[in-house]
Amino acid sequence: MQFNLNGSDVETDAHPMSRLLDVLREDLELTGTKEGCGEGECGACTVLIDGEPVCSCLIPVSQVQGAEVVTIEGLGGKHPLQQLFMNEVGAQCGICTPGMIMAALTLPDNPTLDDVKTALAGNLCRCTGYSAIYRAVLKWKEAQ
Amino acid sequence: MKAVGASVPRKDGIGKATGAARYADDLVFPGMLHGRTIRSAVPRGQIKSIKLDFDTAGFTIVDYRDVPAKNAVDLMSHDQPFLAESEIRHMAEPILLLAHEDKEKLHAATVIIDYEEQEPLFDPEKSTVSFKDIDIVKGDVASALSSADVVVEGEYRTGHQEHVYIEPNGVVAVPEEGGVAIYGSVQCPFYVIKALRCLLGSAHPNVRVIQTETGGGFGGKEEYPSMIAGHAVLLAIKSGRPVKIIYDRAEDMVATTKRHPSIVRHRTGLTKDGKLVAMDIEVILDGGAYVTLSPTVLSRGCIHAAGPYNCDNVRIQGRAVFTNTPPNGAFRGFGAPQTEFAVEVHMDRIAETLGIDPVELRRINALKPGDRTATDQTLREDASAHMVLEEAIRRTDYNRKREEWKGTNKAIGLSLFFHGAGFTGAGERNLKSKARLDLTPTGVRIAVGSTEIGQGTRTMHAQIVTDALGIPYESVEVAQPDTSRVADSGPTVASRTCMVVGKILEECAIEMKEKLRGMSPGEYYDNYGPISVERMYEPPDWIQWNDDTYLGDAYATYGWGCDVVELELDRDTYEVKPIRITAVQEFGRPIHPALAQGQIEGGTAQGLGYALLERVVMKNGAMANSQLTNYVIPTTLDMPEVDVVMMENPYPGGPFGAKGLGELPMDGPAPAVVNALRGLGLDLREIPATPELLSTTPAI
Repeated sequence: MQFNLNGSDVETDAHPMSRLLDVLREDLELTGTKEGCGEGECGACTVLIDGEPVCSCLIPVSQVQGAEVVTIEGLGGKHPLQQLFMNEVGAQCGICTPGMIMAALTLPDNPTLDDVKTALAGNLCRCTGYSAIYRAVLKWKEAQ
Repeated sequence: MKAVGASVPRKDGIGKATGAARYADDLVFPGMLHGRTIRSAVPRGQIKSIKLDFDTAGFTIVDYRDVPAKNAVDLMSHDQPFLAESEIRHMAEPILLLAHEDKEKLHAATVIIDYEEQEPLFDPEKSTVSFKDIDIVKGDVASALSSADVVVEGEYRTGHQEHVYIEPNGVVAVPEEGGVAIYGSVQCPFYVIKALRCLLGSAHPNVRVIQTETGGGFGGKEEYPSMIAGHAVLLAIKSGRPVKIIYDRAEDMVATTKRHPSIVRHRTGLTKDGKLVAMDIEVILDGGAYVTLSPTVLSRGCIHAAGPYNCDNVRIQGRAVFTNTPPNGAFRGFGAPQTEFAVEVHMDRIAETLGIDPVELRRINALKPGDRTATDQTLREDASAHMVLEEAIRRTDYNRKREEWKGTNKAIGLSLFFHGAGFTGAGERNLKSKARLDLTPTGVRIAVGSTEIGQGTRTMHAQIVTDALGIPYESVEVAQPDTSRVADSGPTVASRTCMVVGKILEECAIEMKEKLRGMSPGEYYDNYGPISVERMYEPPDWIQWNDDTYLGDAYATYGWGCDVVELELDRDTYEVKPIRITAVQEFGRPIHPALAQGQIEGGTAQGLGYALLERVVMKNGAMANSQLTNYVIPTTLDMPEVDVVMMENPYPGGPFGAKGLGELPMDGPAPAVVNALRGLGLDLREIPATPELLSTTPAI
């Protein structure tokens, strides 16, 4: 099985029905993608597959054959949204943060607050009540 | 520039936003096994037989006979075993532990357990076993009730609430030279080490607990981690290999603690113009199958049960009782959200009965400095009930909206509440918490057991030390909590991490400054080498508390809040849509305004979930909706605008005037929601206010 991960081609001999989440975390040792529920409800494991935000706990790895997968590590730690999540306290405990950031990346330009809420509706945060996350995302978009 | 009062960069660094921060499940050790817990499938009974229905090659298998010393989780009581021996008291009782290096093989293993089943007890009102009884008597309630102009009675109920930290419980136990290290998602590493010492005894003296990055706690990782850590250690000792146990969401929801369900009954006497003259209150908490922390949850619940009101005659009788359900435990607010829900809904019903405006009723009765609380504590100048009430009314234009929205599907409701900061009564004195500062070549390092679980412990502690010591914020480091290396600053609970531990750190910094004699840390270190300052917490000397009568200074200080909820009801579907919640809260002084605002916004969201969405369905003594699909917490689309107002009224005993904050925001949203729904004619006395419940709620 072959796919593009964060800009580089990777190969895995994982079972085709292995969860993409497990292949990323265990085989490829990229633990930035988190597991919160294992059933696609919390969004902590969100990654981008061909630019779309997807819960990696629901995806058998065979489904990403030939696709482009981007995880939080793919942002290289230098994405302005990452810094804004910390500055605006959009991250408290931080376990939802990588998934939240990946989901926010897909927002269109000049989003309204409602656009942000809709884009992040599949990502649960139990610490912040979301307000600080909106502040981080909107500041990032305004700066663009 | 001062660090305190500024929203300085968090000490967490960028790791949480880059995925580099390491949580328990991110840790891998050579030769590591995965652990699994086999649990009971009946709520009450005796184990008759256990059959391992799988090829045991490569498995490590542990039962109660592998316990080196005492098979009891050392908490307030020693009643809960790490592994059941024969008696089963609830549906998720751990019986057997398995470990294997291959997760698939581990989870495919089948264990068949036969039980002799017994009739379970689920109704707390029918329980005859009480874990704790409390009886607070102030004045003479019976005669005050008999001479009151009006008496209003009511019964109020709240359900379980699940913490839903997004990171489930997890630990890794790692054998190391001469002992075992436990890495885990924990709030209170020193609780865990105490429990492990009791479990392991003198045969394994060298254990230490290291807190990994922790993906939320809210009380759910206060006492439960002692259990899972014990299990991982037993497997690690038997196998001689590192063992990781990470619960999946369903196991975490079914097996770990929740907020205690409550039944609270009020009988209240008033003069006809609305002055409280007697409050007779009964509090029943469903403790579940073991004691855990129920006595102290009941204690805090009872102390807050009369609300932030002045009344000369109060009686509060409480009990936390046994049922055959998984034990309930600590959850943000710790009993107070239940009892303050009851009293605040009751206050609106009283206002209705008397024909008085609910705000006016609160104005007449809210506690002021010099007034005496239900435990006969005389409040000091830092009591702010009236200040937060007036600001909330003004800011929300409450009176106009209440008038204008009459007869529409929109409504506005409020709650007035308070929350004691720190351990109850003599708790802080008994705890003897310590904090330490170590000099480093470039500054100082904070060495405390208080954990960062998202709320900002590292940052806020570093700010306090920065200003008290007068060195740059960047030169203050924070040690990772490791019980072999840091001072035992007490548990990270009870809104005490800033007010209590922060205070000890402030004193350490002042003493360190004296020792440096005007030199910078680097200069001193180069000339004289490393030094440390360790200090113990001294509560204010005026605190008097009687644990037998439950009278006296229950808390050194209180935070105060007034929440106003504006909402809309769909009269066809009974769906409630909150439009805005205004949270006006006074907690001394914010050390880090952005973090403090985050605590209020997040706690308010949990409170709204408690009010409207979060219903634990118990079937045969177990949570039937143990998934995030059917146990629903607020998403972005459920949350209204949260308008936070932080008011100041410094507490002289706190660092830079700060009080505790973490739990306060949890107390207000639920009664404010239900009071708004009263405005729409619904006589609701229970939460969560799901559409199913509202559709059968009687009209007023």
